[in-house]
Amino acid sequence: MTPLLAFAAAGAVTIVAAALIVAALVFYLVSVILQLRKITSGLDKAIAGVGEIVQKSAPVNDVVTTINQQLDAGVDLLEGLLVKKAGLLDAVGLVEGLYAGSAAAGLRNFPESSTITAPRIGEVYTRGTLTLARLGREAPIAVGNPAGPALRDVERGSLAARLLYPEVRQSRPPSLPRSPIIGADAPVQYEQREDIGAPRKRLPGGAPVS
Amino acid sequence: MILWWIGNVILIAVVLPVVVYLLRGVLSAAKSIVPSVQQIADVAAAGSKDLDAAALLLTTQEQVQQTVAAVANYGGSLDLILDDAR
Repeated sequence: MTPLLAFAAAGAVTIVAAALIVAALVFYLVSVILQLRKITSGLDKAIAGVGEIVQKSAPVNDVVTTINQQLDAGVDLLEGLLVKKAGLLDAVGLVEGLYAGSAAAGLRNFPESSTITAPRIGEVYTRGTLTLARLGREAPIAVGNPAGPALRDVERGSLAARLLYPEVRQSRPPSLPRSPIIGADAPVQYEQREDIGAPRKRLPGGAPVS
Repeated sequence: MILWWIGNVILIAVVLPVVVYLLRGVLSAAKSIVPSVQQIADVAAAGSKDLDAAALLLTTQEQVQQTVAAVANYGGSLDLILDDAR
C-alpha cells in the first residue's frame, strides 16, 4: 500500500468515526429535546393546576378561622348556660351521658370539670326531661310572644318531646295502624243487623213476648 | 501513521460506545420524568377540581353566623325561663 493510500484510508476511517459520533449525538440529543418539551408541557399543566389550587384555597384560612371563632363563641355560650342552669356536676354528667368518655376532657371553660366524677345523669336525673316536656307540650312559649319572633318552631320542635312517647313512635315505623273512621261517611260500612232496634222476640227471663 | 490508526480504533471502539452509553442514559432519564410530570399535572388538576367546593365555605360561614345567633337568642330565652342551679 502506498503511503498516499494509507493516509487516505486512515482519513476515511476517521471521518466515518466522527460521522458516527455526530450521528449518535444528533439522534440522542434530538430525542432528549423532544422529551424535555413533553416535560415542559406537563409542567405547564401542573403549574396551572397548582395556581388554581393556590387561588381557590387562599380565602379558606380566613373563613375557617372566622367559623371557628363563631363556633367557639357558641360553645362558650352553651357551656356557660348549661353550667349555670344544671350546675357543674350535673353538667358534666349530662355531657358524659350524651357523649361517653367526654367527661374526662371536661368543659372547656371550666378546667376543674375534668376532675369531677360524672354522675349517671341518664338514670337519676329527670328535671331535664320534665323541662323538655313543659317546653314541648305545655308551655306555649312560641305562640304570641310579645318580645319578638317565635323562640322555636312549634311544628318541628317536638323531637325532644317525642322521646316521652312509647317506643313504637320513637323508632319511626314507616306506617302506624290508622285509627278507624266511624260515622255515616266512614269508608267501611258494616252490615246493619235488622234485629237491632226491633222489638224483642224474647224477654230476658226467657218468656216469649206476648 | 500507526498512531493515527490507533486513534481511529480508540475513536470507534471506545469513544463512540461511551458517547452512545451516556446519551442513552440521559434519554432514558428524560423519558422517565415524563410520566411523573404527567401524573403531577393530573393530580394538580384533580386537586384544583376538589377545591371547587371551597367557595361554599362562605355559605357555611353565613350559616354558622345565623346558627350561633339563633343559639344565642335561644340560650337567652332559656336563661330567662329556667331556674339556675342551686
